[in-house]
Amino acid sequence: MTAHTSHTMLTEDDCPGFSRGYRLQHDRVREQWVIQAPERALLADPITVAILQELDGRTRLRVVIDRLAERYEAPRDQIATDVLTLLSDLTEKRILRL
Amino acid sequence: MSEATHDRKTDGQTAHTPAPMSLLAELTHRCPLSCPYCSNPVELERKAQELSTEDWLRVLEEAAELGILQVHFSGGEPMARPDLYTLIAHAHKLNLYTNLITSGVLITPQTMKRLDESGLDHVQLSFQDTDGPEADRLSDFPQVQPRKLEAARLITQTGIPLTLNFVLQKANISRIPDMFALARQLDAQRVEMAHTQYYGWALKNRAALLPSRTQLEEASRHVAAEEAKGGLAIDYVTPDYYAERPKPCMGGWGQRFLNISPSGHVLPCHAAETIPSLHFDNVRDHSLSHIWYHSQAFTLFRGTDWMPEPCASCARKEIDWGGCRCQALALLGNASQTDPVCSLSPHRHLIDEAIAEAETTDEQMFIYRRMSQKAL
Repeated sequence: MTAHTSHTMLTEDDCPGFSRGYRLQHDRVREQWVIQAPERALLADPITVAILQELDGRTRLRVVIDRLAERYEAPRDQIATDVLTLLSDLTEKRILRL
Repeated sequence: MSEATHDRKTDGQTAHTPAPMSLLAELTHRCPLSCPYCSNPVELERKAQELSTEDWLRVLEEAAELGILQVHFSGGEPMARPDLYTLIAHAHKLNLYTNLITSGVLITPQTMKRLDESGLDHVQLSFQDTDGPEADRLSDFPQVQPRKLEAARLITQTGIPLTLNFVLQKANISRIPDMFALARQLDAQRVEMAHTQYYGWALKNRAALLPSRTQLEEASRHVAAEEAKGGLAIDYVTPDYYAERPKPCMGGWGQRFLNISPSGHVLPCHAAETIPSLHFDNVRDHSLSHIWYHSQAFTLFRGTDWMPEPCASCARKEIDWGGCRCQALALLGNASQTDPVCSLSPHRHLIDEAIAEAETTDEQMFIYRRMSQKAL
């Protein structure tokens, strides 16, 4: 079933950012964060928000991972896995671009 | 990740009323095309009745304040309004997500540049068919297809994400595989395969448009096969006539969606003006917030208190929301009854009769969308 899907796996050297037409936005009326996307708004959980807020399309992911590991005092390996898995998925969906 | 939903307000009168998520801004009913399934009302509004630029700028501010996240600029053909770019730029500044729903025939390198510079987030481009002569026949506009293909090229060149919208009916439904191929060729991110919804113009043309069950089943197989390939987001709007249960129109009346007509009437759905018992407040007279939370048109069918049987005791009443009020009105003459699409409705036979009538109607003779002659 998934034979045609190409699985992009990001590396720590990549600098992803939002594609045109997608953005992270605080919904102040409902007090939640959403990813604005074509014809829908996706609810973003706090971990996703923390990661996406670090992206600017220029910063390498190794720097982002270092920052998050320090801020949350969490094992770097774990953070790296979470970040690369999430962002690879969002890149696959064209929400992010390299 | 899940789709964002509304939270509940906790203050007094609005205790159980969610804030709206989405605004369909019908800037004008003017359009160079004349599609016989147009979702605009049969009584089209004229240019002289349209809201001013200042009205729309204020409405956009009220919408952002109220909790709207996305604004869909539509029509008619929204590009017929010369202030479209000003409105998009203002919405963008208010952090509203801006979507342009267009036929594409007014997109040129110059207008596309202005759309791009105004901060437009997304374009939904309509197609009648993949077959050129058929697209001309449906839209009643000569050589429409090359203009749409050029529009798609100009849109994707800017990097703005593109959705193609195909309205499915009996004469084009067999070309669904070609429609998907065109979407991939044009590098669209999304494609909407929307079965015609039978209100207004489309209801007038129902026997000529409604596909058969066999056609529908073939279409659904094609959609499933394309979904399995991945790489293209597909939004498949199924035809409610062939369903057992009605569609939850607009996610429930006055639950998440509002529509503003060219003259400023605020509607719970684009067809709501067909219901004669409703009075629609105008943005010239009231704030959007007042209209959403307190106007008769929004409160009358909001929630479940208005429901008759078989809805009132149905386990699905907060899933289907009684189905579509406009359909109940159009087919039963009473907007307060259960949508006759539901197999539990005593009037379901009306739907089955319409299906049978369409099956025996081979030739497509259309009543095209036009401004009424009497008012000219």
